[in-house]
Amino acid sequence: MTNNIEDKILDFKHKQSAHCENGVVSNLLQYYGIQLSEPMVFGIGSGLFFSHMPFLKIGGIPVTSFRPMPGIIFKRISKRLGIKFEKHKYSNPHKSMVALDENIGKGIPTGMLVGVYHLTYFPDPYRFHFNAHNIVVYGKKDGDYLISDPIMEGHEKLTYDELLRVRYAKGLFAPKGHMYWAEKIPEEIDLEGAIKKGIKHTCKDMLTIPIPMFGVKGIKFLSKKVRKYPKKLGARRAASFTGQIVRAQEEIGTGGAGFRYMYAAFLQEASVVLKNEELKKLSYELSEIGDMWREFAVITGRIVKNRNKADESYDHAANLLYSIGEKEEVFFKKLKNSIA
Amino acid sequence: MKTTDVPQDDANMLQGKFREPVYSLDADGNYTTVKSVGWDAKNEVMKEAWDSVNEKIEKARKDVLSGKLSPIGYYIEKNIMDVSLVASYMGIWRWTVKRHLKPSRFKKLNNEILKKYASVFNISVEQLKDISKL
Repeated sequence: MTNNIEDKILDFKHKQSAHCENGVVSNLLQYYGIQLSEPMVFGIGSGLFFSHMPFLKIGGIPVTSFRPMPGIIFKRISKRLGIKFEKHKYSNPHKSMVALDENIGKGIPTGMLVGVYHLTYFPDPYRFHFNAHNIVVYGKKDGDYLISDPIMEGHEKLTYDELLRVRYAKGLFAPKGHMYWAEKIPEEIDLEGAIKKGIKHTCKDMLTIPIPMFGVKGIKFLSKKVRKYPKKLGARRAASFTGQIVRAQEEIGTGGAGFRYMYAAFLQEASVVLKNEELKKLSYELSEIGDMWREFAVITGRIVKNRNKADESYDHAANLLYSIGEKEEVFFKKLKNSIA
Repeated sequence: MKTTDVPQDDANMLQGKFREPVYSLDADGNYTTVKSVGWDAKNEVMKEAWDSVNEKIEKARKDVLSGKLSPIGYYIEKNIMDVSLVASYMGIWRWTVKRHLKPSRFKKLNNEILKKYASVFNISVEQLKDISKL
């Protein structure tokens, strides 16, 4: 493919983050002079969540998630900070690249959704068919696209064909060339109001969804499932099912303990902005809950390692999950009251 | 977790391409990030997931060699795909892909279709057809 725009490199500062959605928002805002850390973006966007959906399976294994659906953090943060993003999907792949070239030509750093599987610079063990990864294209040099991928430590680049391929990955959450860029940045943002809204929403999601698969109820629900795994599934599959929970909890992007540490970091920052000491105390409390999630991962690691033998630790893992569920219930009630 | 407790258990999962930031508490009780190369607990569950994938690939390989499955079936597993994902990349029906999993059907496929499959699997048509190197 020929490309008709000349080399152009925007002065875009790439900063690594744990999670791609927060990272892209944080880096894009930084370009427009708004400094918000990753935990801030995550907290305001109400990125913390829990769900366990036994009927929704990927590769035959039920989905457990520590975050809301992809795109939700993005939607919430733009609403709460009053930032307007222009969004586009393109049914014609070639047009999506022309539109990108036009954006770069106009000096607009452009975010987009891509599939991870064909990302050439990604480590192989992490290359699976996950389609809701976010990157920013901030320039073009010698025909290659310059990429700021929030997961990576440094800058990356992709050829025209490589970028086209990941933008049109197929399957669940197929990106379909989706791209977005900041259209209107408000003069002033109401940080305090945004933080409070973000916290309230998270508490509501964790405490009040009347379906047992979500929020703190979901954690207790999962605990019951895990207890039954070895009998119901046999040693090998039980290990796969439990291992999957830990992969969701610790795989690239959560910053440790299924976003609990990142959220604790947010509460610490929020306590300064809101001048609220209680939030700082709660931040430490959440850190301890995070440590319990890490302990759960350690037990699971052992179960998985000895996966071909019947294992006694399932009860232990299930008990731990149940008490995490109880602790988080108390925690989010306190958090809700702390900003009332 | 304290910054000093952030694990650095390298199992080459990141292949030296980057390190992951882990949020943790410094000596003054302030949150910061520490870059980590890995953690045993996580490495174990990652290995398990890849073992499962590799078991499926190995089974498909044997099925291809014994004439029970077409090479498409092998490359589906090799690329961690399933029939419906391949069908959407190919732009054809799922049941059509399923038919192509039969070695007898596969032999009759025209070059056009084979080329398309090969490009989905990121290989050449020759590689796709040649099962002697599986």
